[in-house]
Amino acid sequence: MADRTLPIDGSLDLTPPREREGLLETLHSWVITVDHKKLGIMYMTLAIFFLLVAGAEVICIRIQLAWPNNHFLSPQVFNRFFTMHGTTMVFLVGIPLVFGFANYIVPLQIGARDMAFPRLNAFSFWMTAFGALLLYFSFIGGAGLYGMGNAPDVTWWAYAPLTARAFSPGNATDYWALALIVTGFGTLGGAVNVIATVISMRCKGMTLMRMPLFAWLMLVDSGLLLVTITPLTAAQIMLVIDRYLGGRFFDTQAGGSAMLWFHFFWIFGHPEVYVLVFPAFAIASEVIPVFSRKAIFGYPAMVAASVGIGFVSLGVWAHHMFTVGMTSAGNAFFVLSTMLVGIPTGIKIFNWLATMWGGKIRFRTPMLFCTAFLFQFLAAGLTGIMLAVAPWNWQLHNSYFVIAHFHYILVGAIVFNTFAGIYYWLPKATGRMMSEKLGKWHFWLFLIGFHITFDTMHFVGFEGMPRWIYTYPADRGWNHLNLVISIGGIIQAVAVLIFAYNLISSLFRGEIAGNDPWDAWTLEWSASSPPPDYNFATDPVVHSRRPLWDLKHPEDPDWKYE
Amino acid sequence: MSAIPLVPGGHIHEWHLPSRGRVGMYCLIIGESAIFTIFVVAYVFYIGKSLYGPTPQQVLDVPIFNTICLLSSSVTIWLAERAIERNSIRTFGIWWAATIALGLVFLTGTAIEWYKLIYRDGLTISTNLFGTTFYSLVGLHGTHVVVGLSMLLLVLIFTLTGHVRQEHSERIQVLALYWHFVDAVWVIVFTVVYIIGK
Repeated sequence: MADRTLPIDGSLDLTPPREREGLLETLHSWVITVDHKKLGIMYMTLAIFFLLVAGAEVICIRIQLAWPNNHFLSPQVFNRFFTMHGTTMVFLVGIPLVFGFANYIVPLQIGARDMAFPRLNAFSFWMTAFGALLLYFSFIGGAGLYGMGNAPDVTWWAYAPLTARAFSPGNATDYWALALIVTGFGTLGGAVNVIATVISMRCKGMTLMRMPLFAWLMLVDSGLLLVTITPLTAAQIMLVIDRYLGGRFFDTQAGGSAMLWFHFFWIFGHPEVYVLVFPAFAIASEVIPVFSRKAIFGYPAMVAASVGIGFVSLGVWAHHMFTVGMTSAGNAFFVLSTMLVGIPTGIKIFNWLATMWGGKIRFRTPMLFCTAFLFQFLAAGLTGIMLAVAPWNWQLHNSYFVIAHFHYILVGAIVFNTFAGIYYWLPKATGRMMSEKLGKWHFWLFLIGFHITFDTMHFVGFEGMPRWIYTYPADRGWNHLNLVISIGGIIQAVAVLIFAYNLISSLFRGEIAGNDPWDAWTLEWSASSPPPDYNFATDPVVHSRRPLWDLKHPEDPDWKYE
Repeated sequence: MSAIPLVPGGHIHEWHLPSRGRVGMYCLIIGESAIFTIFVVAYVFYIGKSLYGPTPQQVLDVPIFNTICLLSSSVTIWLAERAIERNSIRTFGIWWAATIALGLVFLTGTAIEWYKLIYRDGLTISTNLFGTTFYSLVGLHGTHVVVGLSMLLLVLIFTLTGHVRQEHSERIQVLALYWHFVDAVWVIVFTVVYIIGK
């Protein structure tokens, strides 16, 4: 299967043989590139790098919390680390992952030669990278007037009025705000680009209802980003006005309202969770059919559910604020709207299961990750419904139960499927397979570590351990559970290191992948691995949702049934 | 590797997709609308909540002339769009220059208004909630006018040097979309600041 060549229109490789380039020339070609594949790889590299950085930060946090009255970190460093962990994971891992996958795969899947605006694409990437630099420069440059090594310590949602000059002196908070404004512009550019690409660059015959679900989800995701990242930018501009020009937006002493920041932040912050999880949905929607050897079940329902989640997610933000105190009408509205998300999400889970049902499932590494994703995402959804009930929320908000809930999504769904996506598409990008044996080690260790950590965290939450605490006395009954959580964290770290080793060694020693190692059905697998600069020598024409199936099975093509 | 044609599943006669420039600009406009929404919400939320003066009733004058100038620039740019579609570059240049002139009048009007507010009425961005929200909302819109004018000016320079031709009408129209958006936002800012807030 691995060496199957696909004689589809446009899969010819017309690249002239090139001479080997020197290191400097290679570097130069990456810096000036506007090619969607190179930019996709750069986004992914940025994301994986910061995944390791933010992972290292949280390992320090877990060592600090492993036993009572520990002093591994100072309280100040602890605050900085959890702020940087959250900010990094959301803005420098989650969002670059969206654009990494979208950049590399969407143009190939829709039969285009590049994104709609290649230069805007490069600009967006470099803005994101510059924002990352600003954020991490705060470790050495954020000292301002007092102290050294002063990274932001205001948590990743930076509630007012903690961010006011009086309470957060120095420049660390400014670096935080500016970094988010700068990466925000990059994100806006990326979102505009993905939408324009999907709407205007599809190859002949690729109608919207024949488009792979991956491209659909990235379209909805980018649409969501357009209207969520911009309120964040607006709120950050207000914060900078407050801090630099003496504005009064969040100055309670001048009549300003801290609540306004809560609302503005979560108007961004909650849809953002869906923005981050959509790539996981997108990857599951490609990997599960291919490894179950069946077409996706209920394609139109999947599309409708994705669009539905996008819309509903814009109206649920204040469920982060039940404990802040709202009117009972406000509480009721946000309880109901939050529960409403469960319906389209449930449709998705059922459709993935129905795709697997009766299929000839091949449990290769990507499929293992996607299968675990289904169960973990379901569990995370159920704790989400629990937290959506306002009285329950009053009890458990700001406890470790909430942390367990959202990490079940962020790690159990997003990180798991990111790994699935990398195992699945890396052979396309590098031409070499990742080791299946190391992949299984990675999967099982990560799965075990994940459950040790985050299952246990629910129980610490029930026992009343609040989040953000630097340490705790020994008589609270949290000692053993916290040690277990920290051990699970270290197992996950080992698994991620195995993954990093697997990825790097596959670049040199991996088995040659060929065009279509998984016997898949979407257009990207018709190009050579790695694809030539122009992707397709002639524009492909498609007639169904699975163009490569039609090609491999001319006697029984899909378009007869659609 | 030779290419084998696929058996077509129904003929695809025509394949037209929307222009990527327009789609991109509409997306940008949606994103920008969200930014303005947040600033407008902040303005409306803080109406009458300033703990000390000056208040909008005391210091704000309704900038009717300014508003007429900016809104009519939407008409002139539309006339310019029509002219370039008909390949009359000269007419295009005239209407385009008129648009820029009207935009500049608007900016000058804002500058005069702000000068009066700052030096006569003592209202700055840090004076009170009204000052903060007023200068940031009107200033955000003004920033968009400045960006729009710079791009319009660039096109005017290209027109004067003879580089704008009929085939660029698509791009001109995409840019004009942005200008229409800036004008439309002013209608909302005007309503909120000078009618509801006063």
